[in-house]
Amino acid sequence: MQFGIFTVGDVTTDPTTGTTVSEHERIKGTIAIAKKAEEVGLDVFATGEHHNPPFVPSSPTTTLAFIAAQTRRIVLSTSTTLITTNDPVKIAEDYATLQHLTDGRMDLMMGRGNTGPVYPWFGKDIRDGISLAIENYALLRRLWTEDVVTWQGKHRSPLQSFTATPRPLDGVPPFVWHGSIRSPEIAEQAAYYGDGFFHNNIFWPISHTKQMVQLYRRRFEHYGHGSADQAIVGLGGQVFMRKNSQDAVREFRPYFDNAPVYGHGPSLEDFSRETPLTVGSPQQVVERYAAMADHVGDYQRQLFLMDHAGLPLRTVLEQIEILGGEVVPELRRIAAARRPAHVPEAPTHAARVTALHGRAVDSTMGTGISASAVDDVTGRPADVAR
Amino acid sequence: MTARRIVVVNGGLGQPSSTRLLAERLGAATSDALLEHGMEADVDIIDLRGLAHPLADAVVTGFATGELRSALDALSAADGVIVVSPVYQASFSGLFKMFFDVLDEGALAGTPVLMAATAGTARHSLVLEHALRPMFAYLKAVAAPSGVFAASEDWGSARAEQSLGRRVDAAATELAALVAARPERASGGAFDDVVPFDQLLSGP
Repeated sequence: MQFGIFTVGDVTTDPTTGTTVSEHERIKGTIAIAKKAEEVGLDVFATGEHHNPPFVPSSPTTTLAFIAAQTRRIVLSTSTTLITTNDPVKIAEDYATLQHLTDGRMDLMMGRGNTGPVYPWFGKDIRDGISLAIENYALLRRLWTEDVVTWQGKHRSPLQSFTATPRPLDGVPPFVWHGSIRSPEIAEQAAYYGDGFFHNNIFWPISHTKQMVQLYRRRFEHYGHGSADQAIVGLGGQVFMRKNSQDAVREFRPYFDNAPVYGHGPSLEDFSRETPLTVGSPQQVVERYAAMADHVGDYQRQLFLMDHAGLPLRTVLEQIEILGGEVVPELRRIAAARRPAHVPEAPTHAARVTALHGRAVDSTMGTGISASAVDDVTGRPADVAR
Repeated sequence: MTARRIVVVNGGLGQPSSTRLLAERLGAATSDALLEHGMEADVDIIDLRGLAHPLADAVVTGFATGELRSALDALSAADGVIVVSPVYQASFSGLFKMFFDVLDEGALAGTPVLMAATAGTARHSLVLEHALRPMFAYLKAVAAPSGVFAASEDWGSARAEQSLGRRVDAAATELAALVAARPERASGGAFDDVVPFDQLLSGP
């Protein structure tokens, strides 16, 4: 199982000091956070994508490539890449480039973005959100799996004999997760393609998360990618830890009470009961997150939000040390002990390359991916690897 | 045949409250009227006062939990709904509106609804037509033709009480007829119906 962190990239005033970091400090702080995540043994660092203040991460592949150059092991990902307002051609190019630069040490998560005003800045309309996510992603897959693409759709100018460059590393496109909170269409999309499904449950009760994951698992099996418990599931999480749980609550409360999104609403105690937010000792965090699999089944990726609501960088780095030092090793051990052999690990580039070459040996298609790798019944690309 | 589920939403804040009283009378009268159709009724009253804090939280966080979740689920599963709000500043109360603001999409579509309101003066009686009816039209509920409005003076004298009683019975009879005409509501789980992806791909 993979454990990591994901950042929203908000610039928020620290409510305890009134200090607001500059965009420059926040961007450089994000790099320090990612490097710390690798240093303490986490598996994944993911960044959000936003195009409006108070957020800084508008150019994820720039940031991820910069981190990749300074790390060796950690998988770089997104949370999420806007499949609605970005041009799928540019996503294909940017992330294939990142894939080459990182030697495959990356994947990405598709998301729609939920801020109405952002869409028109990119010539789109939020009411087309689902339709954009479906059409753009179908095109993105073709751009990665077919060398020459001729395409026509509703939301973008047509393509005639277009080749997206660079071609994916080793002929294997980056692994894709689909992030969704409440849209069954996106769970259906992830299931249809046999891609990963990430439920960002940090603001939601586990009962809702369970329903969404069950839908994805059921449909994953329906589309013939494996049994429901072999589907690739990721969850979000949010924690704040101190050795003494009362200290954790005391220190985190002002950040909670003033946080964007949920601040000025429910109490820390109510919100902790209803959502995965866990504020307490490392042991409490271990107990809470070890139990997640009881609700959603054995899953492949757990990402924690650690750096929002104005928490100072120094505190965030301390938190990541506790996470990597005291929590994740324990969660890793528990997850490994309970995971049945037939439930896969999160897909990595190396595993997908092996799977592709294994399959290619038995077929007449060769090792490269060409336009012939399209199912002539459904018109969709044949499954490359999972 | 199983009993029809009638859910009464009481927006009254006082204890005791004339809004609660009207809610109870409408619930009982609807139950009686359904008997005329040979149907039993289970009547549940949701008192919004007890949900004030969860409602404020739900508006901020975007999700409902606990008792509020149960109340919203009950409304979604109802065969008929009775809503009663006090009139504040010439409209339904803010708390009453908050409850419908956090309702799941489509929760009341096709559901028969009887609207009622209470106020200190009869001059507010058109609140049913000007405030409540448009909201329930938007929610695609099937609003009964008659609403029931009760001002302070309606509770005052035997004659007024009689008149209110007749209005309650008439409206309950209309609601019961709408409920009886409708097939029993099947209870399905969330996400039972999923649009297959090839349909999503080919577009609407």
